[in-house]
Amino acid sequence: MTHQPAADSTAFAASAAGPARQSPWQRWSGSVEAWLLLLPSVVLLATFTHIPIVATLIDSFYSTPRPNRPSRFVGLRNYEDMVADPLFWKVMWNNAVYAVGTIPLSIALALAMALFVNDRIPGRGFLRMAYFTPTVLPMIAVANIWLFFYTPDYGLLDQVLRLFGVGATNWLGMQETALGAIITVAVWKEAGFFMIFYLAALQQIPPDLREAAAIEGASRWTFFRRVTWPLLAPVTLFVLVNAIINAFRTVDHILVMTHGGPDNATNVLLLMIYETGFKFWDQGAATALTIVLLAVLSGLALFQFVVASRRVHYQ
Amino acid sequence: MIAPGPNRSTVERERTGRGGTGTSVSRIDVEHLDKRFDDKPVVKDISFSVPHGELCVLLGPSGCGKSTTLRLIAGLEDPSGGRILIGGQDVTWLPAKDRKIAMVFQSYALFPHLDVSDNILFGLQVRGVPKAEQQQRLQSVAGITGLKDYLARKPGQLSGGQRQRVALARAIVSEQPVCLMDEPLSNLDAKLRNEMRLEIRGLQQRLNMTMVYVTHDQIEAMTMADQVILMNNGVIEQAGAPADLYERPASLFAARFIGAPPMNLFHDRIPGQVLGVRAEHLVPAGPTGNGSDMVVASVEYLGADAMLSVRAVQGEQKDAVFVRVPGSRRAQAGERLALTWDPAHEHHFDAATGRRLEGSGARAEVLTQKH
Repeated sequence: MTHQPAADSTAFAASAAGPARQSPWQRWSGSVEAWLLLLPSVVLLATFTHIPIVATLIDSFYSTPRPNRPSRFVGLRNYEDMVADPLFWKVMWNNAVYAVGTIPLSIALALAMALFVNDRIPGRGFLRMAYFTPTVLPMIAVANIWLFFYTPDYGLLDQVLRLFGVGATNWLGMQETALGAIITVAVWKEAGFFMIFYLAALQQIPPDLREAAAIEGASRWTFFRRVTWPLLAPVTLFVLVNAIINAFRTVDHILVMTHGGPDNATNVLLLMIYETGFKFWDQGAATALTIVLLAVLSGLALFQFVVASRRVHYQ
Repeated sequence: MIAPGPNRSTVERERTGRGGTGTSVSRIDVEHLDKRFDDKPVVKDISFSVPHGELCVLLGPSGCGKSTTLRLIAGLEDPSGGRILIGGQDVTWLPAKDRKIAMVFQSYALFPHLDVSDNILFGLQVRGVPKAEQQQRLQSVAGITGLKDYLARKPGQLSGGQRQRVALARAIVSEQPVCLMDEPLSNLDAKLRNEMRLEIRGLQQRLNMTMVYVTHDQIEAMTMADQVILMNNGVIEQAGAPADLYERPASLFAARFIGAPPMNLFHDRIPGQVLGVRAEHLVPAGPTGNGSDMVVASVEYLGADAMLSVRAVQGEQKDAVFVRVPGSRRAQAGERLALTWDPAHEHHFDAATGRRLEGSGARAEVLTQKH
């Protein structure tokens, strides 16, 4: 065992400096070690991520198996059906609205809250906890709390609005307000979580940067624009990735509050996949929808890491 | 490292032009300044003045209030009492940006995401200085500080010394008449510190800046300052030229803090007084055998001279006494000797208050006869 560190270092040296004078055995034993270290993650990722993705992709080219009719290759039929379905486009649109409604709002709110509780203000600890509380709650509980808020007539929202002379509103029961109501819940739940990342990053910014800027005559806003915001860019990217994934991933509160209704006004892609796959047992259609979801997410992730990360300063 | 080339001209011209309008232009007056943090006093009723174009060092051990004093002058802290005047104007409650000051921070406070030129120009950009003038001033300052080849780098790609220069350049480029420095060299290695000491002093004199410089390093204080303000526990122990502090320390604290090794103190020779003699003023003589003889405990050979650590053979003196002798006097540990000194080199302090006593030379002379 004693010679192993040396073997390791030569393996690294070889990989760094290209082919060196090294026996094939040495090279092989070095890489075996590396592969062994990677193995647990590879197995887990492959079993639960990569193989299912490939299987889903293959399944999406096959028809749904029925008891009397086994699945057969149908080419792009599932996709053609999907594109022809107006519900698909409605759901895509809803999801886009949901993403555009939740992501910038929750990030902006998270940043504002973080900046607020980062200052030396009385009751700072309590405020931080208050802002973070929604994150700790399970989404199902959150949904039930908000169900009460939104209840027509005697819900919290309507009780407050009555003071201003506004009548009862069925927030979750109307096409015009249902998606907005769902978005509000998501923002409320997520902003506190993102705030924690911003708060941690803000505390990494040395206070003398602010002092140096103050001496140079920079206002609070200038300092934020020229120093704080650029220094928070890595966090913003990270939060953005999370927010986008969440926008396509969360269905819990929709299931509890509206179940996609009324008339699919709050139906989103993942909910549609769930219902198609596990309620209507239409495997062909569900796999095609899943591939769309994967394509959207990987496209966005790729865009973020390739394009956006070029403009991000990492310390 | 200071380029004495033609580039230095613009900054220098403007600076001296500004200074020429009156000698009080950037004079700093601190009057009865008080600062408490949660009722804990850190700066207690201190007053001093820095004439225009002078370098004043605030010196003291950590926690003595020197940095707080600097931050009060900068406007980064609000005083609990007293006044601060810069150029005759009361700036006590003025925001930092309106005080016509530049500041160099101990940590340098560089913006990590901006390259060197943007770091240097940050203030000018914020204040809306025209682009052409910005570039001109940047080139001039980059020349002075030797940063011409590094303008496109980020702070993370620079060495400690280079970062220090960027912080310095950012202070110079603002062309403010007052420059405040908070332990600017404490993060550098010894060699670089020696270089930068000379460099900062040179810049300060050439650009005719009024500078307040905080340090805990007495060598920096002694070599750079026109005036040293020695602080301890939030009060000024002594203010004066470096030579004053060394030759006529106003208190026991000053006597021990200034000078390496610290002044030798003898507590029991004169009732109610503490007698002090510096290491270089003690002269070893042959042993007398009368009971006051000393023995050399250790010898530190330094080349030009050697530092002897000497203890009493018997009796009361517990602390070691330091004696500086020429390096050529090959001293040996264990050697016995008697210590003599010229009474003119004696310092007397009140044992109760620690303050310097004057006019007690005659009594001291009698006492030294014992040796």
